[in-house]
Amino acid sequence: MEAYFDNAATTRCLDSAKAVMVRALSEDYGNPSSLHRKGMEGENYIKEARKNICKTLKIHDTELIFTSGGTESNNLAILGAAMANRRAGMHLITTKIEHPAVTAPMRYLEEQGFSVTWLDVDAQGRISLEQLREAVNQETILVSIMYVNNEIGAVEPIEEAAKIIKEQNPRTLFHVDAIQAYGKYIIHPGRMGIDLLSVSGHKIHGPKGSGFLYVKEKTKLKPILYGGGQQKNMRSGTENVPGIAGMGQAAKEAYEDFHQKQEHLYQLKDAFVAGISKETWAQINGRTDRDSAPHIISLTIDGVRSEVLLHALEEKQIYVSAGSACASNKPAPSSTLQAIQVKRGALESTIRISFCPQNTLEEVNYCLDALKELVPMLQKFTRH
Amino acid sequence: MFKAFLIKYGEIGIKGKNRHLFEDALIHQIKYALKPVEGEFLITKEQGRIYIEALGEYDYQEALESLQHVFGIVGICPVALVEEEGFDQLAEDVIAYLDNHYADKNKTFKVNTRRARKSYPLSSMEVNAALGERILKAIPEMKVDVHQPEIMVNVEIRRKINIYSEIIPGPGGMPVGTNGKGMLLLSGGIDSPVAGYMIAKRGVKIDAVYFHAPPYTSERAKQKVVDLAKIVAKYSGPIYLKVVNFTDIQMYIYEKCPHEELTIIMRRYMMRIAEHFARETNSLGLITGESIGQVASQTMQSLAATDEVCELPVYRPLIGFDKQEIIGVSEKIGTYETSILPYEDCCTIFVAKHPVTKPSLKVIRRSETHLKEKIDEMVKTAIETAETIIVEADMAE
Repeated sequence: MEAYFDNAATTRCLDSAKAVMVRALSEDYGNPSSLHRKGMEGENYIKEARKNICKTLKIHDTELIFTSGGTESNNLAILGAAMANRRAGMHLITTKIEHPAVTAPMRYLEEQGFSVTWLDVDAQGRISLEQLREAVNQETILVSIMYVNNEIGAVEPIEEAAKIIKEQNPRTLFHVDAIQAYGKYIIHPGRMGIDLLSVSGHKIHGPKGSGFLYVKEKTKLKPILYGGGQQKNMRSGTENVPGIAGMGQAAKEAYEDFHQKQEHLYQLKDAFVAGISKETWAQINGRTDRDSAPHIISLTIDGVRSEVLLHALEEKQIYVSAGSACASNKPAPSSTLQAIQVKRGALESTIRISFCPQNTLEEVNYCLDALKELVPMLQKFTRH
Repeated sequence: MFKAFLIKYGEIGIKGKNRHLFEDALIHQIKYALKPVEGEFLITKEQGRIYIEALGEYDYQEALESLQHVFGIVGICPVALVEEEGFDQLAEDVIAYLDNHYADKNKTFKVNTRRARKSYPLSSMEVNAALGERILKAIPEMKVDVHQPEIMVNVEIRRKINIYSEIIPGPGGMPVGTNGKGMLLLSGGIDSPVAGYMIAKRGVKIDAVYFHAPPYTSERAKQKVVDLAKIVAKYSGPIYLKVVNFTDIQMYIYEKCPHEELTIIMRRYMMRIAEHFARETNSLGLITGESIGQVASQTMQSLAATDEVCELPVYRPLIGFDKQEIIGVSEKIGTYETSILPYEDCCTIFVAKHPVTKPSLKVIRRSETHLKEKIDEMVKTAIETAETIIVEADMAE
């Protein structure tokens, strides 16, 4: 049996998304900017994707910018908002558990003279609304908070945060990194007080290299790419028509039978948690109830290095991640786990399990059996 | 503008009666190195030199880089070829060569003519004098210095006329294949690829063995070793890499032996397995990247303890090198960036906090008797299940 439990890293592309992409690559391959019929055919794919995505978010079709993925969306939101609004103030707020695609542009802006407040989180990975309220001032131009944390599945109080931010300073923009949340939650940014929202296509069974940024009407934003002026000057570069088309298809399907799928994910999570909670060597980081993300589990295994466990599971065709997949190219301890005060020794012993709606209870049980077999064996051979 | 290369080789010139063997090996290596290069080449051996002529269009930069990886080459002279159309034309060609080649004309020079074709109407000395005169007239900034010229203008009169003045250093050493074959213990670290490079430089063909310990080491760690072998293969030619699954042996040692002796005993089994493969493929010795005192398993006592298990000699070209010196070579040969990728190799997985630094052979041997129940079978399995990968250099890089 194979069990792919690394869906927070990336997902398998839907066959239907692949089919529309193949058409856009080999039949309707025109450049949407070309004036002839072929160009118009290309443009139609974008229109269709735009329509589908806007429907899931209940937004206007003018409020969407297609990007190359989550990292670009976050960069465009943060750098673009900071540069466009710097005259209103030089203060930014974010949290200590953001993805590097948020923290790195924030650090860059610090170098450029902006000041950044880094909000703490509690042991469950949730920010304090009080601390947020105190942090927002008249100089604050942007707050960036992730919807779902990619490593432990903590869900941040986005609506409440939006309310507090706007109460404190109505001009402060609110950016939400929803890369792990889109498709797992119903998100209506316009009604929730969100000004900017980042999404990645390959986390929702779309293709890699696709993503979008929701930009609320009249939000002041500077582009970060300059060129041919596509997408109303906000994102130059020929549109990635196949990528956009594939993502549009995936977005549409992510919200079909939505509640059923969400419930199924929670059932997988419940089953996993119930199956592992009796084991003395296992400890789950963050919450496991319905206030946590349905698809992410962070698991610390006493005395086994996560990389070793990952490869041992790999031999049984079970694919998980050590901490966060994006973090595995640099062996530094995860800042999210540090922020929720996971003990130092445990930082190197934490794996992440992440589901998608195609996963089954059998796969969960298979993985539980494998863990129960492997962990006691691997614990015998720990480093001194 | 260069249509040929003149290859200078040092040491092999003095190898007496074996000289032609060395030259043939060098030509063989040059052919191998030029195979992936765009273009066709004619390689000939004449009068103690090797001559590479490009037949038609070719990529100069690529050819030069490839030649710089061939051991045995001391210098590479890019040669301009001109047709023999009388002395006036020759003088013009030489002047044009100098003009194109030296932006700063404020230099001393000497003309050095060789007449391979004796039917040429002027003698070498006459050509030297006449050409010198023409050059002085055409490029007044240049001065003659017959003792220590900055530019030695070599003019060789052959079927065509060869003009060259530049010697680009080659890697030196001896042509691979002229000094037998060795079995390199290759890990993913900085040292072992450098050790392989250094032994290959002495003309030794290289095979390699890597000990893989899944799940403690990942597929990426193995890929990293293959990538390192690819880089070494640019110099050494293709490498037969044995990948041995070492996990069971490692775990068994861990279970049965004192943990502070783990690394030594593990290395002794690695040597045994490496020696087996060495004998199987006619290697004359083992090669490791150890240097005295670098880590606990590389003290003189530890090295003696690992040597004890094999009869073949163990070559350790880095034995007197400091880490920084080794890093220097690895940067030069291009393995450093790959070596420092952060994947664990099997030596670092189960390191004891306080490994023995002065192992006593008696004690180690006694500890190994705890393994006697299963170890022979395990070694046999490890040998039988080893995977062989033929690693060829990626010349495109």
